[in-house]
Amino acid sequence: MSEPIIETRRLTRTFRVRDGLTRRTVVAVEDLSLRVDPGEAVGYIGANGAGKSTTIKMLTGILVPTSGEARTCGLRPVADRRRLARQVGVVFGQRSQLWWDLPVGDSFGLLAAIHRLSPADAASRRDELVAQLELKEFWTTPVRQLSLGQRMRAEVAAALLHRPRLVILDEPTIGLDVLSKQRLREFLVAERREHGTTLLLTTHDMGDVERLCDRVVLVDRGRTAYDGDLAGLSRTVGAQRVMTVDLAEPVPATALALPDGASHVGEEGHGLRHRIGFDSEQATAAAVLAAVSTAAEVLDLSIEEPDVEDVVRRVYASRR
Amino acid sequence: MRPYALLVLAGFRQQSAYRLAALAGLVANTTFGFLKVAILLATVEAAGGELNGYDAGSMAAYIWISQGLLGSVNLFGRTEVAERIRTGDVVVDFLRPLDVQGAAVATEVGRNLFALLPRGIPSVLVGALVVGMTMPTSPLPYALGLVSVLLGITVSVTTVYLVAATGFWLVETRGVQILYMVVSGFLAGLFVPISLFPAPLLALASATPFPSMLQYPVDVLSGRVEGVAALGLVAAQVAWLVATAALGHVLTRRGRHKLEVQGG
Amino acid sequence: MTTSSGPRAQPALHGSRWTPYRAVLGSRVRSQASHRASFGLDLGSSLLVGIVELAEVAVLFTSVSAIGGFDLAAILLVFGLADLCFSVADMVFGHCDNLPEYVRTGRLDVFYLRPQPLLLQLVTSDVSLRRLARAAVGLVALVVGLTVNEIAWGPGAVALLLLAVLSGTATFSAMFVMAGGLQFFLVNGSEMTNAFVYGGRYAATQPGSVWGRPLVVVFGFFFPMAFTAYLPVVTLLDLPAFAGLPGWVGWAAPVAAVWAWLAALLAWRTGVRHYQGAGG
Repeated sequence: MSEPIIETRRLTRTFRVRDGLTRRTVVAVEDLSLRVDPGEAVGYIGANGAGKSTTIKMLTGILVPTSGEARTCGLRPVADRRRLARQVGVVFGQRSQLWWDLPVGDSFGLLAAIHRLSPADAASRRDELVAQLELKEFWTTPVRQLSLGQRMRAEVAAALLHRPRLVILDEPTIGLDVLSKQRLREFLVAERREHGTTLLLTTHDMGDVERLCDRVVLVDRGRTAYDGDLAGLSRTVGAQRVMTVDLAEPVPATALALPDGASHVGEEGHGLRHRIGFDSEQATAAAVLAAVSTAAEVLDLSIEEPDVEDVVRRVYASRR
Repeated sequence: MRPYALLVLAGFRQQSAYRLAALAGLVANTTFGFLKVAILLATVEAAGGELNGYDAGSMAAYIWISQGLLGSVNLFGRTEVAERIRTGDVVVDFLRPLDVQGAAVATEVGRNLFALLPRGIPSVLVGALVVGMTMPTSPLPYALGLVSVLLGITVSVTTVYLVAATGFWLVETRGVQILYMVVSGFLAGLFVPISLFPAPLLALASATPFPSMLQYPVDVLSGRVEGVAALGLVAAQVAWLVATAALGHVLTRRGRHKLEVQGG
Repeated sequence: MTTSSGPRAQPALHGSRWTPYRAVLGSRVRSQASHRASFGLDLGSSLLVGIVELAEVAVLFTSVSAIGGFDLAAILLVFGLADLCFSVADMVFGHCDNLPEYVRTGRLDVFYLRPQPLLLQLVTSDVSLRRLARAAVGLVALVVGLTVNEIAWGPGAVALLLLAVLSGTATFSAMFVMAGGLQFFLVNGSEMTNAFVYGGRYAATQPGSVWGRPLVVVFGFFFPMAFTAYLPVVTLLDLPAFAGLPGWVGWAAPVAAVWAWLAALLAWRTGVRHYQGAGG
């Protein structure tokens, strides 16, 4: 068994906040014990204020735990912060590590110097990232002029330039269009496959978790509420994808011979539009579509992924 | 007038949210005050106890009143409306049933008047208690002084509005703003009373609205200038207020026209 | 495919430990110099600031010949020394004063993710070349001051002058760092540090002989502004020093700089610990 990349023992962080004239203590993270092995990809999810960012800050040495212990890459995050920085890459959705007023390419030159990469190493890694994340088109554009999608690709590349063993992504796809999300996910999958990089990501997008993570950790009020694979989480809470179909002619719900694991959720226009929920574990979208097609011609369809918020809400509800 | 009065009130409330900031400003203000006291009273002493009409008591009054006004008189040249004008966002403001210049000035005046409470009055009190200063004994200078202070604050706001209004034509107004910041404090008599200036410099200062913002209100309120002469200073303030407000009005109208014709 | 599960070998570090700082600073310098119009404006306004500040001091001497035992010639030395040192410190360390901005925008958190000490990263993250213009005003005042005063030139005087410039710059720099450290606590009240940063600059341009006892304590010793210009000039011109200090006291300027830096580093360390939430 190799050394874990992340290991926390009863990690706890409280904040004192001023509430009018009195001060009260807020628990952000409580008794978090987590182990992430090299090569794993972990989705760290929870509602806003569940303590995700606080955990990341403790793992990277920005915040000191109130009690408990954390080891990242075998190092103590606060005491060994500088050594740790060489082995971890972090993308904070809202805090840019690029130089706002400089062309994108210049930031990579500076980051190479900051991590003291050799010119040859920096160039080969940079070329690899430029090709895979398609940075070429805006390489000479000042960062402040980039679109959100372009900037996030550049941010991810910047966090990976020094070939970190662990990459932490805080909401990497928030606000991105479908295509940009897709590109970023594909890249991260490839990066992990080729380099064995460990991923820890927080997200509000179930698609991120589905495509990228083989393990989900769900936190509720600072505590772990679920730790396991995504399928297990779906089973626990019955997270469903929802297919909406528009039919050429009205069909009553009873006429739809739905497969196992699919259920009728609702209809509109006297049977012209149906909403069908299904569990990806038991039924594929194709099977649902095939079943509907036997009843009437399908003109249009869309599929809603289960929302992380929704999953989180169900888990929270089941615990209260 | 009612909407403008409400804007004054809103600006007043906005500032009351920043108590620590006000305390910080007070600490910085009084520190500078003590340093001004040291150098200026030593200057009066070197002149034999009386310098161009200032003795120790009136010099102290000048220092503490001017320090107190510092948080309320805009000597930085920055305003909120400047950025809206520069970027053309002000177009939206023209659609409201309020005069853009009037609204901007009213909000700023309210904000600056509020600053008198946490910054102005305590500065003067600290100075009066720790150092001591000569203040008039009759009520008239106080009454005229209050008018003069209000005028001073307003002139600074209407003048800074002119800085902002250059944004209708300039892509970048930072240069104008910096120039205002550098020149205004000196010519307003912030570090040295302008009556200590050599004649040509005094003439230059008097030809600008800056002494109306600080030096004149201080002179009137402290009673250093009294009677007809004091009325003369207040008249000068009114003249500068009318001049800067009228110029601001013309610039706003021209600027609006430019925005509407050229679309920003 | 290299799906290694063991720790990856870290490549050897390239360049020296100064490589990162040189790269960032170099980039800041090039970036400022490349925006010619804007940089010209900045230089011009900075020059004007220096001139107006000199005028504020000089204008007092149109009515009196000496203040606190200092005539205009002697005051030129004090002003020149103080403003030169302050401007250079402001150029290199001035942005430490903007710490709340670094916290608000998350730039500080980004520093945590890089393998260099925080304070060094903060200091080298920017440099304000425009302050060179103001430093030039200070330098001119200093040179004029050196020519119009009667100075017993010799190796001693030269050494004292160099020591004063270096120590004064270090002392002012420490004030910016101290301000940064305290701003971790002050946040909305960051203006408070103006009292000893910019108030300190103002104090440094004054002859300390005009100060009462409280000011001597605060700006003579605690924030050792008197040691940046006034006391070295006292020694250089052989004038009486404040608080009955001996004539050679100007030589103690480096001691003041060391003291200022100890206080600054303590403030910085306490501030960082507060930010990280490690008690205090």
